[in-house]
Amino acid sequence: MDPVSAKYIGAGLATMGMIGAGAGLGILFGNYLQAAIRNPSAAGSERVWLFLGMALTESMGIFALVVALLLRFV
Amino acid sequence: MAAIEPMNQFMIHKVVPIDPVTIGGVTVDLSITNSVMMMLVAAALLCALLWASGRGALVPGRMQALGETLFDLIDGTLVTPIIGHNGRPYIPFIFTIFMLVLVMNLMGVVLSVGHLAGQEWTFTPTAQLAVTATLAVLTFVSVIVIGFIKNGLGFFKLFVPPGVHWAMAVFIGFFEVISFLVRPLTLAMRLFGNILGGHVVMNIFASFVVALGAFGLAGWGLNNLGLLGSGLSLGMVIALTGLELVVAGLQAFVFAALATVYLNEVVNLGEGH
Repeated sequence: MDPVSAKYIGAGLATMGMIGAGAGLGILFGNYLQAAIRNPSAAGSERVWLFLGMALTESMGIFALVVALLLRFV
Repeated sequence: MAAIEPMNQFMIHKVVPIDPVTIGGVTVDLSITNSVMMMLVAAALLCALLWASGRGALVPGRMQALGETLFDLIDGTLVTPIIGHNGRPYIPFIFTIFMLVLVMNLMGVVLSVGHLAGQEWTFTPTAQLAVTATLAVLTFVSVIVIGFIKNGLGFFKLFVPPGVHWAMAVFIGFFEVISFLVRPLTLAMRLFGNILGGHVVMNIFASFVVALGAFGLAGWGLNNLGLLGSGLSLGMVIALTGLELVVAGLQAFVFAALATVYLNEVVNLGEGH
């Protein structure tokens, strides 16, 4: 296998990091909705933490993107 | 990067060339590129918003209501609930970063003049790692400076949770320092990756519209199925534009929220907050 095609395959494999980010976001929003439906009056004040958690979870997926871009272009 | 079509939208070219300046042995190219130009437009828009909304009338007009709503988004939902009353001096900083990122993000989605005078004018500054990294490093350095001003050498208590045995504290402190140092990286990468990813996906679907449409019009028979795919892709582009509008606002908010949380740690250090 020549190095260039190995790089492309690696870049494709790096996108698998999105599996974790997707599962994490699903857990996050699912649990938020569950809590929000049980206690709607408390939902509004916790929305900031929802988005913060989303940002931190999502950054794992972004790292996967960065690895893919590094493999592709560097 | 020029080989891949969807990446062409992020290419930087000079609009107003300026000769490189050498400052202390370092040669700096101060040319106005399309990225710089869009940032200047963003700054001009922000100044216009400030001028239009900063009237201070008792009964707010439209523009003042807009400005007050945006200010309340930062003050009422971020700074005051997270930092508390000590956070008031930092509202201008957070608000400035939030508005700048928001306007730059939105310009990338909304403001589109396309191809004029042989150049591509539409550009998203926040899809450049250099721009987001500058904002992230600015936030990071501000947090460190404010931390030292507020707490002196007590700033280092940030890395050691209270009431931990010293052997464990060394271990925990090591990881806390690493997670602290990686913050500007994640802050920059998050904004950059979200905006870049969204724009690439939009571009890919937009290229499907043209390619499948041309394929569908090329002949009769199965070829015409291409028109169906073209229409679906067009719908996808419209839906993605809506999604990108949400992402533009959300990422600006997330950037501001993380800056607030990082500031909170040093402002309220040791108060168990």
